[in-house]
Amino acid sequence: MKAIISFIIVLFLVLIAYAGASHAPYIFGVVIPYLAVLLFIGGMIYRVLLWGSSPVPFRITTTCGQQKSLPWIKHSKLESPFGLLGVIGRMALEVLLFRSLFRNVKTQLQDGPKLTYGEAKWLWAAGMAFHWTFLIILIRHMRFFLVPVPGVIHMIEGLDSFLQVGVPLLYMTDVIFLGAVLYLFLRRAGIPQMRYLSLVNDYFPLFLIFGIGLTGVLMRYFLKTDIVSVKVLTMGLVTFTPSIPQGIGVIFYIHLFLLCALIAYFPFSKLVHMGGVFLSPTRNLANNNRAKRHINPWNYPVHVHTYEEYENDFRDKMKNAGLPVEKE
Amino acid sequence: MAKLPKPEELAKIDYAAPKTGWMDTPVVIKEGMFCHGSKPKSLQTLDFPNPREWRPQDVDWKLPENWKEILLEGIADRLKKYRSFRLFMDICVRCGACADKCHFFIGTGDPKNMPVLRAELIRSVYRKEFTVAGKIFGKMAGARELTVDVLKEWWYYFFQCTECRRCSVFCPYGIDQAEITIIGRELLNLLGLNIEWIAGPAANCYMKGNHLGLEPHTIIGNLEYMLDDIETVSGIKIKPSFNRKGAEILFVAPSGDLFADPGTYTAMGYLMLFQELGLDYTWSTYASEGGNFGFFTSNEMAKRLNSKIYAEAKRLGVKYIIGGECGHMWRVMHQYMDTWNGPADFLEVPKSPITGTVFEHAKSTKMIHIAEFTADLIRNNKLKLDPKRNDHLKVTWHDSCNTARGMGFFDEPRFVCKSVVNNFFEMPEDTIREKTFCCGSGSGLNASEDMDLRMKGGLPRANAVKYVHDHYGVNMLANICAIDRASLPPLMDYWVPGVKVTGLHELVANAMIMTGEKERTTDLRGEPLPGIEQKEEKA
Repeated sequence: MKAIISFIIVLFLVLIAYAGASHAPYIFGVVIPYLAVLLFIGGMIYRVLLWGSSPVPFRITTTCGQQKSLPWIKHSKLESPFGLLGVIGRMALEVLLFRSLFRNVKTQLQDGPKLTYGEAKWLWAAGMAFHWTFLIILIRHMRFFLVPVPGVIHMIEGLDSFLQVGVPLLYMTDVIFLGAVLYLFLRRAGIPQMRYLSLVNDYFPLFLIFGIGLTGVLMRYFLKTDIVSVKVLTMGLVTFTPSIPQGIGVIFYIHLFLLCALIAYFPFSKLVHMGGVFLSPTRNLANNNRAKRHINPWNYPVHVHTYEEYENDFRDKMKNAGLPVEKE
Repeated sequence: MAKLPKPEELAKIDYAAPKTGWMDTPVVIKEGMFCHGSKPKSLQTLDFPNPREWRPQDVDWKLPENWKEILLEGIADRLKKYRSFRLFMDICVRCGACADKCHFFIGTGDPKNMPVLRAELIRSVYRKEFTVAGKIFGKMAGARELTVDVLKEWWYYFFQCTECRRCSVFCPYGIDQAEITIIGRELLNLLGLNIEWIAGPAANCYMKGNHLGLEPHTIIGNLEYMLDDIETVSGIKIKPSFNRKGAEILFVAPSGDLFADPGTYTAMGYLMLFQELGLDYTWSTYASEGGNFGFFTSNEMAKRLNSKIYAEAKRLGVKYIIGGECGHMWRVMHQYMDTWNGPADFLEVPKSPITGTVFEHAKSTKMIHIAEFTADLIRNNKLKLDPKRNDHLKVTWHDSCNTARGMGFFDEPRFVCKSVVNNFFEMPEDTIREKTFCCGSGSGLNASEDMDLRMKGGLPRANAVKYVHDHYGVNMLANICAIDRASLPPLMDYWVPGVKVTGLHELVANAMIMTGEKERTTDLRGEPLPGIEQKEEKA
């Protein structure tokens, strides 16, 4: 049901672009992209500032390896970092390779009762495939925003299409990207527990992103689009001299509109995990608590039960038991 | 109390999700799955709001009239104070990696025990009240109104989380359900919604210095029983000191070790080790609790209880502090104490008087774990050990949640354990070290009225023990946590009969040859040592 709602919303977005683009190309080609980018930048700044405005009162590292203690005990530098370098290493593993997700196991209850823990790397693999191909595709798209197109982008394009299949050459990332999104959707909709915990907020970005990928693929391989005109438009946008060239197919406007929807939606959704992961206090703090004092900016004095009060309560009993007391 | 079903019955776990969505499935407060509500007297002792008689199973929880306002203000306040809270409310993508990592989900099949959904219970209200999308799109954006039913759901499920942090290990963003539960419980405490098993011990600890409410003379009395037993076993007479000014070291143990076995055997282990070393140390009756049930209540309460440790160290003029075997105590000592009640600039960097080792990694907090201290002793050959005296035991090691995931304390205790026993077997790797499973009774849930919950939550731990019990004949589960020592024995009796539970220093004391000791014929539990029975038969 939630998946269907999300699908309908995305379909609705497609229809808006389809119906609107030919009537108001300037709105869809210029105004909405600018607005979306503004929302994205403003929204992300707001989000990060808001996170940043809350302090980290305690150093609550989740330690996933041996602490640094006695010199002859092997310290796990990346899973339980003691200093900045270790933290950077841990964060790099987390952000670039999804280290924690790689730990995933599947717990199963069998008769007996017997619990087993099986390999479960598919979520990690799909997550990696999805995020990395997304990034590569994004970098490839930089050819639309740069003149001349830098060699590194040509290189990436060359690598991405090295299978030399089809005309135009098939990019592997396109296939992997759509496949990964499809897997993430099927996993969410197919596993009963996943379906149970999922919200519209979870299906919607999947459909949206799939829509962006699909329209992109359609444009490149099937419904030919005048790339030269597209580049005139995109260059106009980045140089702040927007213009709408003739002859760009509606499919491009759908692609662009869905993308705008995504980046505008981004700061107000779970997609902010992209920035949030860097701030996660269980991951980005060193496990050096006992060596280096962590300061809580709002630490305040509290009411305590002092030794004096304690002795007052128990003085006679303490004396009878032979305990030393401060006041006789 | 509901009768505990048989293990075969309890093991029939239904993982099928209910037909209705989780927001439309109201909480059912089930007998055996929750603890008694806090008593007014405990809350009064602690100056907590809304002290009154109440029962969780009643419809009316006697909430203050403006309860909703109090809660929403409480949330707003904590969003400003804790980046963790704000971040964890925003960035979850519901990938579900945490779902089957939680011992309570594995043991109950209740989808609201998936860490992600437990967090959504509060996240949904956060969206409704604190985000634009939630205000505009409501349920479509995963937002919902805060109602009494929602509040009850919070209470029920935040007291079905032991703050073990296993989910946090697997989360790609490190979202820590323990942090959410800690804040969730703090919010509930604004309305007087604690459980007595936490509020009572916290009140005891505040007034009397320890959770069990042992008064100064009782502490000494309890220890004297142990000293008698030590003399019987080893022939050595020990006279420890209490509240002694000028001692070099203050020793703080969880009070559970002074009260009931098998914890008492661990305490005997501490006493024997320190005696053998001739350590200049003192116990304190004022700071007679290493554990901190305030930590299961609110940040402020935890700090209030914890303050005694440094205060007493200062009053007695010791150089540094050694802490006993306790799980959440060490999360608090390691990650919180210095921040709350430091700097401990009146203490010195811990230095072992026996080996001269300086514990640089504790140079700010000035408190070391007894297993660190003992590991250093053994490494430097300062103890005479006869591990054969533990040969009747086949031992496995349970990493306690808090020392594992809140400290990274794995190899020091293992080194000690392997040095004092000959038969050591690890449980399967997905159930130990940072992936260790909770005993099912942590964070103040080790009461007697929630046995169903405890046995369900403890199933994954017990099942891994069963594996080594069946394969290697393991008969002893060793650990460094007082709650483990209290809660694992019934868990073992229930799921893996034949496996007993021990603290680390009980094993150390059994193996340690003390200067001037008589020939030992029994271990600390009074059970014959291996080889002794045969000898007697021959004679």
